[in-house]
Amino acid sequence: MWSVIKARLKQGFRTGTFPHTRPVLPDRFQGLPCLDNTRCRTDCRVCIEACPTNAIGREKDGIVLDSGKCLFCGKCVPLCPEGVIRFSREHDLAAFSRQELLRKDSSASHELQPRAEIRKLCGKSLKIRQVSAGGCGACELDFNVLNTLAWDMARLHIQVVASPRHADCLLVTGPVSKNMLLALQKTYAAVPEPCFVIACGACAISGGIHAESPEVCGGLEGILPVDLYVPGCPPHPATLLEALIRFMGLKLR
Amino acid sequence: MSETFLRLTNPGSAALADLPVLSFSEFSSQALRVIRERGGRVSAFFAVPQGAQFRLILVLALDQEGKLLLSATDTGSEYPSLTPDCPQFHWFERELFEQHGIRPQGHPWLKPIRFNQSQNIPGVTDYFTMSGDAVHEVAVGPVHAGVIEPGHFRFQCLGEDVFSLEISLGYQHRGIEKRLIGGPDKKSIHLLETAAGDSSCSYAGAYCQIIEQLSPGCRVSDRNQALRVVAWELERIANHTGDLGALAGDVAFRPTMAYCGRLRGDFLNMTAALCGNRFGRGLIVPGGFGYEVDQTLCNKLLPWIEKTAYELNNAADLLFNAPTVLDRFENTGTVSAETAREIGLVGVAARASGLQQDVRFCHPYGFYNQLPFPLASNNSGDVLGRAQVRMGELIFSMITVAHLLEDLPLRGKTPTKYRLSGNRIAVSLVEAWRGELCHVALTDASGKFSSYKVVDPSFHNWFGLAMALRGEQISHFPVCNKSFNLSYCGHDL
Repeated sequence: MWSVIKARLKQGFRTGTFPHTRPVLPDRFQGLPCLDNTRCRTDCRVCIEACPTNAIGREKDGIVLDSGKCLFCGKCVPLCPEGVIRFSREHDLAAFSRQELLRKDSSASHELQPRAEIRKLCGKSLKIRQVSAGGCGACELDFNVLNTLAWDMARLHIQVVASPRHADCLLVTGPVSKNMLLALQKTYAAVPEPCFVIACGACAISGGIHAESPEVCGGLEGILPVDLYVPGCPPHPATLLEALIRFMGLKLR
Repeated sequence: MSETFLRLTNPGSAALADLPVLSFSEFSSQALRVIRERGGRVSAFFAVPQGAQFRLILVLALDQEGKLLLSATDTGSEYPSLTPDCPQFHWFERELFEQHGIRPQGHPWLKPIRFNQSQNIPGVTDYFTMSGDAVHEVAVGPVHAGVIEPGHFRFQCLGEDVFSLEISLGYQHRGIEKRLIGGPDKKSIHLLETAAGDSSCSYAGAYCQIIEQLSPGCRVSDRNQALRVVAWELERIANHTGDLGALAGDVAFRPTMAYCGRLRGDFLNMTAALCGNRFGRGLIVPGGFGYEVDQTLCNKLLPWIEKTAYELNNAADLLFNAPTVLDRFENTGTVSAETAREIGLVGVAARASGLQQDVRFCHPYGFYNQLPFPLASNNSGDVLGRAQVRMGELIFSMITVAHLLEDLPLRGKTPTKYRLSGNRIAVSLVEAWRGELCHVALTDASGKFSSYKVVDPSFHNWFGLAMALRGEQISHFPVCNKSFNLSYCGHDL
């Protein structure tokens, strides 16, 4: 017992100050994509062709970057001769509709608000049932990290539950492999109504890198109604926790 | 006795014309002899369609000699199964049957492994059954109680004792191998980095070695080779640390669970300091290393590693000295050396059962050729053995990373363009943190992939977990499972 107490003293108190302060992010972190379309040359397609997930497209008034498809690999940035695309250090990427993920400028996403009834129904706590539907494990691991003492999401009354019967929402990762479709639908049906759905990571939102595979359904679109989109490959723990907090309507900073 | 094999060292490539295509009897007798007499291990066994026929390609690893032996044979829709003579083949032959409809006649338990054919419903298949008083069956999954990937487990129990466990996977199948055909293209490396998200660096590394082997004149500078080792070892450290914490959690030893969970994050953040991504996405690229590592970054990482290593030692000491923990770990989930060899275990699980098998040691690649390398091993074959092997590797990996960052070789050129030669075969082995990861690629006349085979360490080891559970109490399943900590998506691809 003494050795355990001694170790406790050595290890110290390590729970971070996020979400009450801004998160500490790596120097090379690639966050919210910001576009400056005033500089874009209409005759150029370099970024569109380089993107591995076809996240970049062209519209009338310039290029559009779909952060729901983006892997945040950053390959487009050095290729653009005019410096139109930039990945900022903003970790807050979440959106409440698929449309809000389409990036055309440098607007921040933290002004977006979830539907009022969601905030009301959540109350002060959120119970999450996670389903991995073809996920590579990275989204699952970085969601698990929120349970470690460094992030400790339980102090914000966010908890992972084992049974769908106890859950307020499903957090889905992966491009929804055909082999997991039935299990996902059954889990959804087992959650008491209303069941919110969180699409975590590029795969769950759009199929990500696996979108064109005949073995997957290409994300949750058309399968379950999604209430919260968390982009990333995988989303940084700070991105995911910030998304959950905003979803619940908590104001902590 | 004469032997017809294509001999390669790791990583290696050769012209497809040099791959000997033998009659089936010659193919099987040679392969079985090498496995029996020279300790050969099946690294990959797969089929390439050739019109109405199939070419079966076998990659054997000779761990003691540091050599890879390749041979091939042509077959129609059936051939005599190799599994009755050599159980290592059993999962590979089930894969052949599922992917191509090739029937290995006499296979003792022929059924799908990924359920990716339209007529199959995942998990719906025959299972071993028992009957009698007090006999019962427990079915778990695909959706489990925690935040974990899907798989289906069937236990046949008598009271608390497990007589047999069958593991049915395939839920994570995304068709990665098929989508690599026709590459390399802009998607290839991303597909492989997300084949198993916790092993992104290993997957990218194995893929890049394939590209470099197939591109004449593509040399990776010493500095980039050294940085790759830093990436691979940081990945290993983070995952082994997480596993020690999770093992502690499964026997309700909270202190080490809490500390290791946090410390794992520190190691992931070190990877993120290199490239911005906690899983090392984009770190390893064909021809070199994706990011510049300067002295300032090294100076930031070195004291960080030292401090974290000290705290990790402290957390691990608690774990390995707690009688309550040792009581649960010792003699739990034992796999004998004989069983491990027979079923072809790899990685941590193989070394914990006393096998001298580690790709970094037996088939050194890249900068591992220049590193003095001890092999962490253990003879107990139980949960404690697997935990101790992880601890042994952690110590060496942390020393290696610190040593490399202190004295990185000078900068060399990184080629940015590469062109693959046509009609070749390349093999690349990497010791991912779970064990041997094998990639085999074939190119067509124009230098595009005509076939790309991935064998994840979990492909070899899932059956090891089933063996570890025989005769155990069902309540020991979580800790046994965690001591292997296998990948669902790496298996399912």
